Amino acid sequence: MIELENVAYSYGGGELLSDISLKLAPGSFHFLTGPSGSGKTTLMKLCYGALLPTAGHVKFFNTDVRALTRDDVAMLRRRVGVVHQDCQFLDHLPVSENIALPLHVSGRSAEAQGEDLGDLLNWVGLTERAGALPAELSGGERQRAALARAVIMSPDVVLADEPTGKVDWEMSQRLLRLLIELNRMGKTVLVATHDLSLIRATKAHVQARVLRIASRRIQLAGADL
Amino acid sequence: MKSVSSILARFLHSDAQADRVVPPSGFTAQLTLFAAGAMAFLAVFALALSLAAGRLAEQWGNELARSATIRIAAPAEQQQAQTDAALHILETTRGVAQARALTNEEQAALLAPWFGAELELDTLPVPRLIEVIETSEGMDAAGLRLRLSAEVPGAVLDDHSRWRAPLVKAASRLRLLGWASIILIAAITAAMVTLAANAALAANAQVIAVLRLVGATDNYIAQAFIRRFTLRALIGAAAGMVLGMIAVLFLPRGGDETASFLTGLGFQGVHWLLPLLIPPLAAGVAFVATRMAARRTLEGLS
Repeated sequence: MIELENVAYSYGGGELLSDISLKLAPGSFHFLTGPSGSGKTTLMKLCYGALLPTAGHVKFFNTDVRALTRDDVAMLRRRVGVVHQDCQFLDHLPVSENIALPLHVSGRSAEAQGEDLGDLLNWVGLTERAGALPAELSGGERQRAALARAVIMSPDVVLADEPTGKVDWEMSQRLLRLLIELNRMGKTVLVATHDLSLIRATKAHVQARVLRIASRRIQLAGADL
Repeated sequence: MKSVSSILARFLHSDAQADRVVPPSGFTAQLTLFAAGAMAFLAVFALALSLAAGRLAEQWGNELARSATIRIAAPAEQQQAQTDAALHILETTRGVAQARALTNEEQAALLAPWFGAELELDTLPVPRLIEVIETSEGMDAAGLRLRLSAEVPGAVLDDHSRWRAPLVKAASRLRLLGWASIILIAAITAAMVTLAANAALAANAQVIAVLRLVGATDNYIAQAFIRRFTLRALIGAAAGMVLGMIAVLFLPRGGDETASFLTGLGFQGVHWLLPLLIPPLAAGVAFVATRMAARRTLEGLS
């Protein structure tokens, strides 16, 4: 689905990431971990076309990212759901419309998806909050709303960058359970987190591979977790 | 042409939801409306000026060019003989359609504004005037002058060209300035909409980032802004145009049609329809300006 071949990325100074090769196979569940500032977010951005690699190749569904037009990138985003640590919404629209936004921008009618939207809100536990504005939501509610927005198009891949960064342990568990459910439905999932206990707790429920960024390179973490 | 119509079709059909994704902006919206209205108001006047100057240039160019005057200043006993001689020459001059000496009564009427109606013309040595109407191909004024000087020593030909030429030139220049003003007004409208659109795009950077993240194409994002600014320019310009036309309608007028440039300022006949083009043109300018601004901004984003 998403393939990185000898990818390097530098922000002008030295390289932040170098010689990264990674393949996200359909239906796989990956964790991406590493210390703060090690390049987790940069790697995630490379994985949804927000950044172009300074060396190497990134392929989405077998197409090199450099061959994609801006509209192709927009189409790609409809197949790749993204959840950020600081998820941003359209602050003047209520939660339900924000969650349905990917449908609107892709030209699908909201009415046809009305029932799905209800199910989705129920799944993330936001049915009661559907009419609230994003600014009125708590941290956990925002993360769940962002997750719902990321999956409403039924994407093939879900990328979550520190989705539990700002919520408590219980809420983290709940979010992870939602991601595990998505993975069981066949979605490819990549979660970036620095929280090792969260990874340990999750590994009991799903066949997850853990990738660790250390000294600019990526390694498959072993049994030490 | 086809792409223009498809853009227009998409533009008109873009739904209200697309409009809602960009938060409403009260004050700047009103500024755009006001500026578009003011520009349309000015455009109406520039248009009226151009059209009036054009009419004037044409009138002076055509009607006056076709007429000339011969003044015969001779001792009283020779005046009739010289007048007849001049008329005889005119009859055989090419390019003269018609020539006729003014009667005493007509000359008295011409002089009345200066000397009063009670003037006894016979008591004064008033020269005789001959009115000459030229054919469309015109006459050879220099040649006629030579023949007159040979045979009618008291005759002076005035073909009006000396004072007519600078007036026609001035009127043409005025018309040119009017059109230049209209072009400048359109350019200012474009500049103003570009500035407003850039401000709106910058103020909504977060909205644009969110839309890009969830898979909106540049077209979709641009549309929301384009639609907004085009409608504002259209509505503002329509209001400005209506006010401008009302103002032109109530300009004082009077005198005959050649009497004065000032009282002739305004629209005539089908020219009243021309200002109706201003709002669609303003909308077109806003459409193109916003589209270019949005393209430029969006292409700089990831």
